[in-house]
Amino acid sequence: MQTLTRRAALGAALLAPLAAPRAVNAQGGTAAQARLVVIGGGFGGASAASFARRRFPWMEVTLVEPKTRFVTCPYGNLVIGGTKRIDDISHGYDGLRARGVRVVHDWASGIDANARTVRLAGGQTLTYDRLILSPGIALRWGAVEGYDEAASEVMPHAWVPGDGAQTALLRRQLEAMPDGGVVGIAIPGNPFRCPPGPYERISMIASYLKRHKPRSKILALDAKDAFSKQGLFQDAWAELYPGLIEWVPANRDGRVVRVDARERVLETEFGEKHKVAVANVIPPQSAARIAIEAGLADNSGWVPVNPVTFESRAAPGIHVVGDANIPGPMPKSGYIANSTAKQAVASAAASLRGEAPPTALYYNTCYSHVGDEYGISVVGIFRPNADGTAIVEVPNSGGVSPRGNLPEQRRLEAIYADAWYDSITRDMFA
Amino acid sequence: MSALRPMLQRALLASLLATPLAPAAAQAPLSAEGCYGCHGPGGTGAGGIPAIAGRAAAELRAQMLAFRANERPGTIMGRIARGYTDAEIAAMAEHFAQIRR
Repeated sequence: MQTLTRRAALGAALLAPLAAPRAVNAQGGTAAQARLVVIGGGFGGASAASFARRRFPWMEVTLVEPKTRFVTCPYGNLVIGGTKRIDDISHGYDGLRARGVRVVHDWASGIDANARTVRLAGGQTLTYDRLILSPGIALRWGAVEGYDEAASEVMPHAWVPGDGAQTALLRRQLEAMPDGGVVGIAIPGNPFRCPPGPYERISMIASYLKRHKPRSKILALDAKDAFSKQGLFQDAWAELYPGLIEWVPANRDGRVVRVDARERVLETEFGEKHKVAVANVIPPQSAARIAIEAGLADNSGWVPVNPVTFESRAAPGIHVVGDANIPGPMPKSGYIANSTAKQAVASAAASLRGEAPPTALYYNTCYSHVGDEYGISVVGIFRPNADGTAIVEVPNSGGVSPRGNLPEQRRLEAIYADAWYDSITRDMFA
Repeated sequence: MSALRPMLQRALLASLLATPLAPAAAQAPLSAEGCYGCHGPGGTGAGGIPAIAGRAAAELRAQMLAFRANERPGTIMGRIARGYTDAEIAAMAEHFAQIRR
């Protein structure tokens, strides 16, 4: 009798680990009701989906992303400069599928926050217990007069990679430009996706021009008077590309207000018209349309969120991460999207279990390539304040790379930048 | 029966080792997850950025504290270490120490 019991007990123990772990949520339901839907398969969404499966395997995760291949914004500037190809910065979703994420390649066409459903363009409706919305940005067509979607086929923005066509277009235009041409770049005011991005782009184009079309120039027309890592960028430009780059701040009439796509003219605030050979227009931006149509954005066009859980102020249970939200002092960066996505997922999981959200820490390191073996960085570490009403930078932490003649620092940071890209894309997609 | 029991025990052990319960890397404190974006998934390293997984906890903690106190020169870790509390550094060190590379 005892032997039989022991054998039966061993048998039961054998079978137990094979059963799916069951968690009971606050509503008393089982794992089958812990449905996490993620809209957007970029830095925020892919990070959220991967992290959720890794850490909370009792959650069913569905990721909605129209593209079958994600082309990153980061390192797009290296494709534009000619040192990388689109394939180098493209990532598929099979890794997430292998983790048990159900990847649906479709557009999310609408969110019903009351019913907790997401409608897909193809007709399907998904029901969620918690929603992670990471839809990225929309470009505000017409905010620069004359700059609409048609104009972007002639004057690319290359600021929403999509299938990579915009990035590839700008690169082709640079390759086709004769030596001596002027490359014009129109840079928007704050807030916009990736604060140092336009200046890394200037650097990578300058590197290409210096090597292949040395009589050419870059005219950077900025709606701002200052920019991220400015001292470091300008030191590097003076050292590496003297005379090649002219940066015009807003207070010297740098703000582009109108373009003529056919004539390739960038017109600034006080009526100055700049005819250029290649024009890159980075227009003003807002949260992606789905966030606005769901009523989550405020008058600024961006989504206010809870500093601890990243739930939309307009809709509990919908966590908005990535560039679409209002991040307080944090930049709109890929690393911030990755970091806040994990806090959002952990907060969603906690709320499903009736627990308080975890202590939050948000983390950013942003590398920029300025030239060959020349990288610079900015670090930012942030937390919610004591009463959870705002996000603040941790005092005495973070900051930019040191200025000065530091070739080994620059060489190492270029190496670290490449390793960052590899690491974070593996964290997202592998 | 005498042949069955060792077989059952080996099978039980094997199934426990193959359990879908999360491995150590999936239970990282959230503060440690931030390290993965540079140091690789699970801190196992990437390209020119060294692995932090599998190193002695005392050493990892001492390095982070040295960076934080500006006593150890570095390209970037000082700026990073100054963002973390003593407790977070200790927890991260313990976490990465237990991950096999």
